[in-house]
Amino acid sequence: MTVVANEQSRAVPPSVADAGQAQSLMRQRSRIRFYEVIVWVAAVVAIFVLPSKMLILTEIAILALFAVSLDLVLGFAGIVSLGHTAFFGVGAYVAGLIARHYYAEPVVGLVIAGLASGLLGYVTSFLILRGSDLTRLMTTLGIALMLAEAANQLGWLTGGADGLSGFTLGPILGMFEFDLWGRNGYIYCLTVLFISTMIARRLAFSPFGLSLKAIKANPVRAAMVGVPARRRIILVYTIAAIMAGFAGALLAQTTSFVSPDVLAFHRSADVLLVLVIGGTGYLYGGIFGAIVFTLLRDWLSVVTPQYWMFWIGLLLIVLVLVGRERLSNWIGFLPERFSRQKGGQP
Amino acid sequence: MLTILFDGIAYGMLLFILACGLTITLGLMNFINLAHGAFAMTGGYVTVVMMNRYGLSFYWCIPAAFLVSAALGAILERTLYRRLYTASHLEQVLFSVGLVFMAVAAADYIMGGQQQLIQLPPELSGRTEILGIGIGRYRLFTIVICAILAIVLQLILSRTRFGSRLRAAVDDRRVAMGLGINVSAVFALTFAFGSGLAGLGGAMGAEILGLDPNFPLKFMIYFLIVVAVGGTSTVSGPFLAAILLGIADVAGKYYVPAIGPFVIYGLMIIMLIVRPNGLFARGGAR
Repeated sequence: MTVVANEQSRAVPPSVADAGQAQSLMRQRSRIRFYEVIVWVAAVVAIFVLPSKMLILTEIAILALFAVSLDLVLGFAGIVSLGHTAFFGVGAYVAGLIARHYYAEPVVGLVIAGLASGLLGYVTSFLILRGSDLTRLMTTLGIALMLAEAANQLGWLTGGADGLSGFTLGPILGMFEFDLWGRNGYIYCLTVLFISTMIARRLAFSPFGLSLKAIKANPVRAAMVGVPARRRIILVYTIAAIMAGFAGALLAQTTSFVSPDVLAFHRSADVLLVLVIGGTGYLYGGIFGAIVFTLLRDWLSVVTPQYWMFWIGLLLIVLVLVGRERLSNWIGFLPERFSRQKGGQP
Repeated sequence: MLTILFDGIAYGMLLFILACGLTITLGLMNFINLAHGAFAMTGGYVTVVMMNRYGLSFYWCIPAAFLVSAALGAILERTLYRRLYTASHLEQVLFSVGLVFMAVAAADYIMGGQQQLIQLPPELSGRTEILGIGIGRYRLFTIVICAILAIVLQLILSRTRFGSRLRAAVDDRRVAMGLGINVSAVFALTFAFGSGLAGLGGAMGAEILGLDPNFPLKFMIYFLIVVAVGGTSTVSGPFLAAILLGIADVAGKYYVPAIGPFVIYGLMIIMLIVRPNGLFARGGAR
């Protein structure tokens, strides 16, 4: 409750009414919204209604998790990252290697993969603390490219350009076998997505999330009201890295294959596009965006197998020119709008 | 050893010509333009088409590449880029990434995905021994052209009226506008010129750097390194950065091929940690 505490200490004298108001604002901000219920109910219903679409639904769930993790960094902390796929790739490779050499049970692999990319996120978060947007872009991009190059060169470990294959995974928690139709795989991914999103949601709509938005809006002012920007950014970046690592691990486990493509630049750009389609700063943008993006890409790659990138690029440009705020406003109660009502930011 | 140094300098000079337009875009308007490589690729493909399909001389292709890329740059600047000058960095990144994707797919569609080759004129191919050092003639040609361009560029920026307007606009856009400088026109011209230089670099680099539809993606990081390391306020900063990068890259690939790319990225990251505003920044964050 740092922000509330700060607001109290700043107000002279600290009035009870302020604290009460702040608390009710926080509660209003974090209440469960109608569309959230719909999303999860629909995701569960899909298991029974669309048994033939399990694979693409799994893909959507993984991409959604990846996008939600980027939203923590981009939508809340305001860090433009061009190398978020570094964590995704590390998660995928670690999960693949564990399944291949050590332990076939997926959940263990998932946790270790998440921890590994979380560690990478923690270490690299110190590099993004300084400098301008450009510097951050360059650093994140540079790290992702370095890892891609490493995966390519360390052929004995990662399989080089051929990718990592030849591993099979045991039943989830020793009970649920990965079936041919991908049903259990989907349920597994959905569960991870749900838990991670709930954790992210708890973080984002807490005072912690508010303080991140304060840092995003104006770092100097945030520092003045006593938000420890450094620590907050390190923490959120690490958490986002863990979640991206989960997403990568899920991809490796459900497909039993890790290609060097998991570290490619276009993946970082894709996930940015996902967030732009869905809207940033309220977490569910990642999920909506992942649904639209995956279906769109699926459709485009059927229509123009080789040149779908062109249309994705065109979509990006049009989205930017039209104004992505206007597109994502349909969802209604955006956190940004909320803070404007409060009169904090002009 | 000296040959490697020489090749590195040639490579660095090319990188400078390719990236200096980006320096101005980033420096003047604070616009993160990741699509700069697309203009370079345009120049490269113009050369390939002119030489291989119409059999024109290589020497005609270079100015043509400049003009076509400059025209393309001017058109895109007037129609698309100028709308985004005031947008956030995220939107600029998304926009230019979209442009890169379109350029890559379009080049693939029109020209095919294979590596493009050009046949250099006979007087430029081959090697010459000068003072016991084996020197590629084409690399010497590259160095001479690029050095002339760099000097001309420096003179334009420091001696002409246009240069002083440009520098004024770089320093403070609003004051420059207040003094009656047509910043928008200055920038359109500069953008076109920078794109043209990129095209020229792409044309000259088709032989050294290679040319395929993935060119903008492959070299995006190099351009960004040059700009980020060199800073955006001078010509000499990016120039030195480009030369250093060229030498480091060529030497790294030659001596330690397994970890060559790490050297570059590692150096860049260390650089950015130590001097976040560039190696030769004039102090004060933008």
